[in-house]
Amino acid sequence: MQRTSLYESHVELGGRMVAFAGWELPVQYPTGPLLEHNAVRTAAGLFDIDHMGQFSLTGPDADLFLQYVQVYDVGQMQVWDAHYSLLCYEDGTIVDDIFLYRLPERWMIVVNAGNRAKDLAWLRAYSHGFQIDLTDISDETYMLAVQGPKAEAILQRMTDTRLGDMAARTGLRAYLGGVEMLLGRTGYTGEDGFELYLPAQDAVTFWHDLLAAGKKDDLLPCGLAARDSLRFEACMPLYGHEIDAETNPYEARQGWTVSLEKPEFLGRSALLKAKLEDNRKLLVGFEMIDRAVAREHYEIAVDGQVVGHVTTGMKSPTLDKFVGLGYVPPAHQKIGTEIDILVRGTAKKAKVVRRPFYKPRYKE
Amino acid sequence: MAYKLDDDVRYAKTHEWVRMENEIAIVGISDAAQDLLSDVVFVELPDIGEEVTAGDAVAVVESVKAAEDVNAPVSGVVIEINQELEDTPELVNDDPYGSWFFKIKPSSSIKNELGRLMGPDEYAEFVEENAH
Repeated sequence: MQRTSLYESHVELGGRMVAFAGWELPVQYPTGPLLEHNAVRTAAGLFDIDHMGQFSLTGPDADLFLQYVQVYDVGQMQVWDAHYSLLCYEDGTIVDDIFLYRLPERWMIVVNAGNRAKDLAWLRAYSHGFQIDLTDISDETYMLAVQGPKAEAILQRMTDTRLGDMAARTGLRAYLGGVEMLLGRTGYTGEDGFELYLPAQDAVTFWHDLLAAGKKDDLLPCGLAARDSLRFEACMPLYGHEIDAETNPYEARQGWTVSLEKPEFLGRSALLKAKLEDNRKLLVGFEMIDRAVAREHYEIAVDGQVVGHVTTGMKSPTLDKFVGLGYVPPAHQKIGTEIDILVRGTAKKAKVVRRPFYKPRYKE
Repeated sequence: MAYKLDDDVRYAKTHEWVRMENEIAIVGISDAAQDLLSDVVFVELPDIGEEVTAGDAVAVVESVKAAEDVNAPVSGVVIEINQELEDTPELVNDDPYGSWFFKIKPSSSIKNELGRLMGPDEYAEFVEENAH
């Protein structure tokens, strides 16, 4: 089990430490998941997400290689652009979901903690014949997220660089609290906000400076539980839940990331077929009609027959409703369709509703 | 972390408390239980008239993070349920010893069953030992 540099800081704050993807991280602080969730929707929240992995990609063939190993057309990205994408297997299923940053001197690829070793090995396996240098820079790079409508104002207090002009899904290098770092106007909460990449040795000092700078705007440190409920309301997939090696991007409603028109890339022919397939399972949102909480792995049934399963479910703190995401076959995908969720052996009624549950509010 | 205790109740290893009032057993979950669960968002209660045996899972409490069974600490018949918790489950967090789940009219084995439960000091020790 690995610990981030902020482990002691979390414990001092009363963080409840749990195992997640090989790391010990706070699932919540004494404020509790609901207040942490609400802080991000109404003010701002600070997340230690150093468990996430980062790779640096350079070399004369870096662009060519990247076009080949992931689904988005990076030819559309200007320097300082950031974009969500997927690594897909040849059969079109998903290795991982990633974030790409086009920096002046290199590419940065941000990957899920639990997939870091797998992704690196997988990328290296396809690097033959490309002149590239692919390096895991996760250990020296510390990743934090500041999310919520007050995020910009809080970070602005720590820097002379103007953040107001920064568009969503762009990056910038700046000094914050005297520490030079990369900022991305990105996140995993459905709110405006930033993800910060700073030198690992500055993490503890910077974390405390940032909490102090955010105090008057009610910046709260937030744990994994709030991170999950926030991304869930915005219907952002979580690897191992909505997406995995059994699911393709169209089934998971992530087809928008796939640039089928770009030259040959891994999984392209399978994805071309998958896009045209209309007899496929689909990730749908549902709302409980009966009183019950749908949870991950619960079965979805229609007329007593199991037809699918729940990938994530909970009481949405923002909507104050019991909702979930799950896979169902074609006959049960239309908005308004009634389905049953099997809760501890009992069928509880639900209906398919529009996603996302919470419409993201990003900076234009 | 020191959890709140109620001196007038007996505790089960599964973190329910039972308070005897006029020969009726009132059941809820402890402060340690609500804290471990975190924010409670849902409570499912048994049916009135249901016959229960000590140790049976008869209700469910769900938090942001998990669903947990609430067991009957004593045997008998459910005679009342706290429907207020269905609309305001967060009361379980705010006041764990005031927020009862259900009341049981106990069977003749009540004395033995209560004897097998823990008093406040023993329960505090049990929680401490199991925290690590």
